[in-house]
Amino acid sequence: MPIQEKAKILDIRELAENHFKITLLSKYISTNATAGQFVNVRISEETSPLLRRPFSIYNSEPQKELIEILFDVVGEGTKMLSLKEVNEELDILGPLGTGFEIPTDKKMAILVGGGIGIAPLLFLARALKGKIPAVYVIIGARDKKHLIDKKEFDAAKCQVLTCTDDGSAGKKGLAPDFMLPILEESKSIDKETIIYACGPKPMLKACAEIAEQYKIPAQLSMEEKMACGIGACMGCVIKTKSGYQKVCEDGPVFKAEEIIWE
Amino acid sequence: MAINLAGIEMKNPVMVASGTYGYGKEFADYTDLNKLGALVTKTVTLKAREGNPPPRICETPSGMLNTIGLQNPGIEKFLKEAIPFLKKLKIPVIINIAGETIEEFAELAKILEKEKVVKGIEVNVSCPNVKSGGMAFGCDPDLVSKITKSVKKAVSAPVIVKLTPNVTDITLIAKAAEAAGADAITAINTVLGMSFDLKTGKPKLSRGVGGLSGPAIRPIAVRCVWQIAQAVKIPVIGVGGIMTSDDAKEFFLAGAKAVQVGTANFVDTEAAVKVAAGLK
Ligand SMILES: Cc1cc2nc3c(=O)[nH]c(=O)nc-3n(C[C@H](O)[C@H](O)[C@H](O)COP(=O)(O)OP(=O)(O)OC[C@H]3O[C@@H](n4cnc5c(N)ncnc54)[C@H](O)[C@@H]3O)c2cc1C
Ligand SMILES: Cc1cc2nc3c(=O)[nH]c(=O)nc-3n(C[C@H](O)[C@H](O)[C@H](O)COP(=O)(O)O)c2cc1C
Ligand code: FES
Repeated sequence: MPIQEKAKILDIRELAENHFKITLLSKYISTNATAGQFVNVRISEETSPLLRRPFSIYNSEPQKELIEILFDVVGEGTKMLSLKEVNEELDILGPLGTGFEIPTDKKMAILVGGGIGIAPLLFLARALKGKIPAVYVIIGARDKKHLIDKKEFDAAKCQVLTCTDDGSAGKKGLAPDFMLPILEESKSIDKETIIYACGPKPMLKACAEIAEQYKIPAQLSMEEKMACGIGACMGCVIKTKSGYQKVCEDGPVFKAEEIIWE
Repeated sequence: MAINLAGIEMKNPVMVASGTYGYGKEFADYTDLNKLGALVTKTVTLKAREGNPPPRICETPSGMLNTIGLQNPGIEKFLKEAIPFLKKLKIPVIINIAGETIEEFAELAKILEKEKVVKGIEVNVSCPNVKSGGMAFGCDPDLVSKITKSVKKAVSAPVIVKLTPNVTDITLIAKAAEAAGADAITAINTVLGMSFDLKTGKPKLSRGVGGLSGPAIRPIAVRCVWQIAQAVKIPVIGVGGIMTSDDAKEFFLAGAKAVQVGTANFVDTEAAVKVAAGLK
């Protein structure tokens, strides 16, 4: 069950230009959240920006009673969020949505994150520990400036590959392309492989196509504009094989074969 | 602060606005629904409606645009899925309905009146009239009159007509509803608006235009309530941009007997309950 609460900011830092991490004190959310869920954050007490802004839970540490979110400044709301200070309180709703499913019969997981889409994947990588033996993470970005630090994934014992569209850091190319060599190498264990992805729509679509081609299950974290974040307004739907479904409640994580791409 | 609104007994004059509170259940984890004056459910139609394609919402200065397209499972499923929860509430439940034809409004009201939990019917005339190419029923006093009459004939429960502000003279529509037997009027539904994305050069909503709500429309809503309250004798329920109890007080000054809180529920799950508490 999600709650609305005021969570104290324990830390806020700019990891790279326009790229921030906020650490929040929340005993309840840290103990109840699962990988792939999100929090809906009230940015201001004023009427503009009015609506809450959704952010994936990047990290959740129940022992320390904290959660972390990772975000890029893209507009007014995220700009204001980046100016918050330690000890201020943030009004948050969470943990919201349906996160990633972790099957027990898989031997290999490939996590693909594009840009800020990497956010829910660290929490996932940690949750996979002890459940899926081989975890590959492909971190993609437009260029070096936007590439996210991989050290937390290294620490989570994942095999990490980084790439950029322009080759300014890591390998040159699009993140989904680097799934192919991993899949080819392990062809015999296709049935024991699962793909998880989060990022821009074209990247997710490419992942869905590869999953279909190799007949591997894939779970994708989708985005849509939200108002309530709790399933009440019907504002955040995407088209699926079972009609319009709510990203905030039925998702944000959907099975790739369920999604109807426009 | 208890009131009797057209026969509906309420502990306080604060309800939640249709479409912003789902069927109530969605908010039960966060707030005590029994502290509301009344609950108004999201518009239900006879047949299921799939709604409009995404994107369905976008933020605008102190407000938001939506084009949900009345997505709902249809009356049959509504009775099965929503009514059992609503029955557990201790506050009056008002069901908001919309039809594609005049006959559908009456049919819906008749089906709903059989449920004891239903204390009132709110008629959403801001929905498109399928027969006349989709123009809202609520823009034509004659159609509003016909819908109101047919619903009144079908049921004995109080009938509240919810008006659209997207008309030249809202008092004409309000008078038509009153003359046709409406027990109360809700004003206003969303204001027609539009916004473009400069990056893509396209409208931000899938259908181009959508309904504006939130604090941005409050002065329009207060004005409409004031005009209607002068023009009719039946009670007026004010809605549009209420975030706080002070905002609600403006509507009472304009002549409203009760208020509804809509978009504010998205911002703060306890908004409506806080507005009620602030009026004490
Ligand atoms: C389930 C979910 C999880 C998310 N997780 C993260 C995360 O972990 N880190 C992160 O940085 N961002 C995340 N986002 C996106 C984030 O919510 C938006 O970047 C943010 O709301 C933008 O607010 P703004 O006021 O700065 O921008 P606005 O001025 O509102 O818009 C600026 C730009 O951001 C885009 N945008 C606005 N709202 C959304 C939205 N809800 N979803 C997608 N794009 C949007 C707009 O199209 C526009 O291009 C997530 C979105 C969803 C739906
Ligand atoms: C997302 C959304 C969905 C809505 N759905 C309905 C609806 O189904 N039926 C209805 O009569 N009004 C609907 N409305 C209108 C509200 O009930 C209300 O009249 C309007 O939003 C103005 O109030 P507010 O500014 O407090 O939100 C909807 C509004 C929003 C924002
Ligand atoms: S954001 Fe309101 S239903 Fe998803």
